[in-house]
Amino acid sequence: MPIEYNEKVPLQRPLTTPDNQGFWDAVRKHQLVIQKCARCNLLFHPPRAMCPECVSADSLTWAPASGKGKVYSFVNFIYDRSAYPGIKVPYVVALVELEEGVKIISNLIDCTAQEVSIGMPVELTFVDVYHDLTLYMFKKSQ
Amino acid sequence: MDTIKDKAAIVGIATTSFSKNSGKSEVRSICECIKEAVEDAGLKTSDIDGSITETSDAVDEVFIAKNLGIQNMVYFNSLRWGDGSSCALVQNAAMVVAAGVANYVVCYRAVNGATGRPEAPVGMAKKGMWAFSHDLCKQGFYPPFGLTTPAGQAAILVNRYMHDHGIKTEQLGWVTVACRQNAAKNPRALFYENPISIDDYRKSNAVVQPLRELDCSEEVDGAAAVIVTTAEKARHLKKLPAYVMAAAQSAMPECEWMTSYNRPDISRFAEIERVGQDLFSMAGVSPRDINVAQIDDFLAPLVPMQLEELGLCRRGEGVSFCEGGKRISPQGELPLNTAGGSLGEGHIFAMNHIVEAVRQVRGSSVNQAKKADLVLVAGGAGGPASGLILRR
Repeated sequence: MPIEYNEKVPLQRPLTTPDNQGFWDAVRKHQLVIQKCARCNLLFHPPRAMCPECVSADSLTWAPASGKGKVYSFVNFIYDRSAYPGIKVPYVVALVELEEGVKIISNLIDCTAQEVSIGMPVELTFVDVYHDLTLYMFKKSQ
Repeated sequence: MDTIKDKAAIVGIATTSFSKNSGKSEVRSICECIKEAVEDAGLKTSDIDGSITETSDAVDEVFIAKNLGIQNMVYFNSLRWGDGSSCALVQNAAMVVAAGVANYVVCYRAVNGATGRPEAPVGMAKKGMWAFSHDLCKQGFYPPFGLTTPAGQAAILVNRYMHDHGIKTEQLGWVTVACRQNAAKNPRALFYENPISIDDYRKSNAVVQPLRELDCSEEVDGAAAVIVTTAEKARHLKKLPAYVMAAAQSAMPECEWMTSYNRPDISRFAEIERVGQDLFSMAGVSPRDINVAQIDDFLAPLVPMQLEELGLCRRGEGVSFCEGGKRISPQGELPLNTAGGSLGEGHIFAMNHIVEAVRQVRGSSVNQAKKADLVLVAGGAGGPASGLILRR
């Protein structure tokens, strides 16, 4: 089922910095990108200021993700305690291992808590939460 | 080259009572606590010339000096990362006294975690929960999806760990029960005279699978402090010294506090493993030589994982090691969190674990282990970590 938000408590928005701006700009355009060092051919998430391998900032680029992945782990938020009050329980947070190898946290939608399992294939989707906030989420692969 | 092994000792200790309302400011709590620790050492507060705490602690060193009559503060520092920093405070103090920079260094934590700090910003910080989000990652990639609490962030790790080792939910709970039973004998603990059984645990409220409410340490009002000096000076003071046989701190690649998800294996705590290796290497002992352990139990399911990382049990066997509670009881082969830990005493960022480790070395714990020559303390599961081996 879709995520339901509690209007009384705004969602905590992503903090954009010069180093991750490219990531969130892409999300706004319904694209998921992974930071990549063009020199070392390595992918990083979360994005950062420098490639830790060659220790430079000038070779960092954004590589599009295929959008396919598997559930590596997950949490069912059923009770209010420990959940975020701006999102109505129940909701699922999943750590998705993308095809490209990096792992990314997001919500799983269009599937019940009972259906989620580690290893489950998922695919990318986008949700325009507010008129000025788009988020990437995942649903069960068809 | 010389290490700091056995160069320093903890000579004075104290905690306040841990409660849901101390009725005191954090300043008053910590100053009364430090005074008690100083008297425990047979010193005067004006003997203190060094101070180390955590970066988000409520009380700074100059305010402490104003209250305790400290004349010359020659060394002061604050380290990051909450439960992962408490042992590092002592490591730092040991280095400072061994280098002759200061004579008597107080390491302390104070928090009104239950009654909160009125001036704190909205959200979780308002209720007194620390809001240190030094890690920029937190602010982008987790909160918009509703992953905002340590319990939720840890559940991602624990669910994968249980999957990797075929652990069933029914096997959990023994660490929580053990800590509560130990706290029941500790007059200063939040849960003094309030033990629980494994049945109580199994019937209790869930929070996020597989964590139950009882697995999450309570935020309390309280404070804890230790006084560190050189091994040489320690021999002339009031109580049996607890020598710092080894100390270590660690942050490993792709470390994020509670969310080190971009590692090949998230069921592991690379920092706890590294801390363990460095402690045993410095001390020249092995995990088998450890008599008592005080392990970060801010969230109970992380304890078995840490036992594995420290080599105190085999990989994948952390949960079964604790099952039944016998091996980790004060009479068992590895007495664990003998004053109740964070789960039983209250959450004071594992500073109370260090105090209890000293009590065990001295032989003065309410749940005294028969043998406590070597006591291991470790904190910071899920993020930057630190540890100590204290010895008689």
